[in-house]
Amino acid sequence: MGRKTDLSSRSNKSLICISCPIGCHLTVEYDKDNLREENIKISGNKCSRGITYGREEVLAPKRTVTATVSIASEIQRRLPVKTTKHIDKVLIFELLDNLYSLKVKPPVNIGERLIENFKGTGVDVVATMKLDR
Amino acid sequence: MREAVFDTVVVGGGAAGLAASKIIAERGYRVALVERENRLGGILNQCIHNGFGLHYFKEELTGPEYAQRFIETTAGTPNIEVFLETTVMDVKTSRADNNNSGKGSTNSPGTKEVFCYSSRYGVLKIITKTIVLAMGSRERNRGNIGIPGTRPAGIFTAGLAQRFVNIEGYSPGENVVIIGSGDIGLIMARRMTLIGARVLAVIEIQPYPSGLTRNIVQCLRDFDIPLHLSHIVSRIYGRDRVEAVDVTPVRNGKPEMEETFKIKCDTLLLSVGLVPENELSKKFGVKINPETGGAVVDAHMMTSVDGVFSCGNVLHIHDLVDYVSEESIAAASFACDYMEERGKWPAAEQFPTVASSNIKYVIPNSYDPEINNRFFFRPMIVKNNAKLCIRMENEDKEQKTLLEKRLLHVQPSEMVSVNIKSERIKEFLRDGEENRLVFSIQ
Repeated sequence: MGRKTDLSSRSNKSLICISCPIGCHLTVEYDKDNLREENIKISGNKCSRGITYGREEVLAPKRTVTATVSIASEIQRRLPVKTTKHIDKVLIFELLDNLYSLKVKPPVNIGERLIENFKGTGVDVVATMKLDR
Repeated sequence: MREAVFDTVVVGGGAAGLAASKIIAERGYRVALVERENRLGGILNQCIHNGFGLHYFKEELTGPEYAQRFIETTAGTPNIEVFLETTVMDVKTSRADNNNSGKGSTNSPGTKEVFCYSSRYGVLKIITKTIVLAMGSRERNRGNIGIPGTRPAGIFTAGLAQRFVNIEGYSPGENVVIIGSGDIGLIMARRMTLIGARVLAVIEIQPYPSGLTRNIVQCLRDFDIPLHLSHIVSRIYGRDRVEAVDVTPVRNGKPEMEETFKIKCDTLLLSVGLVPENELSKKFGVKINPETGGAVVDAHMMTSVDGVFSCGNVLHIHDLVDYVSEESIAAASFACDYMEERGKWPAAEQFPTVASSNIKYVIPNSYDPEINNRFFFRPMIVKNNAKLCIRMENEDKEQKTLLEKRLLHVQPSEMVSVNIKSERIKEFLRDGEENRLVFSIQ
């Protein structure tokens, strides 16, 4: 005999908040069929940042990416870079492929844009080191 | 031999040295900033990840960005002369400065000679009134933890690997095992993954991770990297290159050899702690605190040698660069006070600080009741809702509680700081007594 369909379709997830060093253990409750911000319930958080983090982790986990790209500099062979905002986790390796094909020439300054609006996400990649030569 | 005269010599151009130089120059003193590498910034240059500056600049920066903020204000200051690619070899102080320890030359009291060499300047002698030690730290390596096995290529400290990847543009290997879950190890686990290597495991001897929880999440869990707590690497295999390691669980401090398993890998990264780099300090008689590996400092961040100050990782290992900057600014300000008030220094009697229950050490090692004191200390336990207690203790063992404070979360990898106002201390001070300030966590 078949099981009755679970009408509620509610799920549970345990997370550790990374917004600050305390690392609250969060329990996130959400409805898989009706994923909307206001439907996601968070408990175990000590501050409001836990709510933001918990919701984002369920809807679309995001991270800031730091990496290096090739540079023809006398000082060092790699130029450190970062994304200007958090980027969807699923896009990280595609972004890296793009970065690894770049070849930058000095001089380059902190904040100089190397990739603009990656795949329409609104996220740029900028240099994080000043290399004059 | 070239000779130069400065008010202060700052040894080391990393986070600590940059912040110290900036402050001393702003107060109108001439600073010689001596740096061994060919540029300023120290280890920050290779720490390309973000998370720096949240306390100090109130924004999230990467290591090179954090360094650049200080380099800009330092390099442009006329009071600072930067000596790059220059190594300090020795310091000669007068006997009087060394508190009659017998070391030191016959220099007149208060005058120090700093001997440096470099390919640019040859041998250089700098005559100075004060010295700020800001040499940073070294990584512990395989020898320090004694892993049995062969001695093949492919074993690196995590910080060295970080330099290879982020600055030199080399990859240390393809299949990596990391020993130690300190923050540098965790950061390198993610870094190696992002450059296309496979990180097979992170091995930690303690039952809890020694790095920040957020780094466990964003560096390991994000990439499904296994973390083996209460495990050790018990053997290294390989003739020319690392071929595999044995991993053994540890129960009640004892390795369970029969449960050993093997991981095939070609690279081993070690993130097993940092040691303050005090070879130079020891050479000229600076007293070392065995708990920290750094100098013993008084309430004014001055070492046992008169006019010599210490700050940053050479004093004790910090987990946040923001605290290094803050501490260095304090040490530099005291160095300036010292030069202003020469002859009358130290102004007031100082009393000892003591690390008690669940605290590894307290910095500084004494306090001055005439100033607002800031203390840094390292907990030895992992606990939520811990209670910090600071008491004044005297001969008769009567203890008076000076401060009690709830700490939301403590763990050994996170240093804690606390301020105590001069007035508060004076309320408890007793004439002619030891007035020990005892720190504990429950």
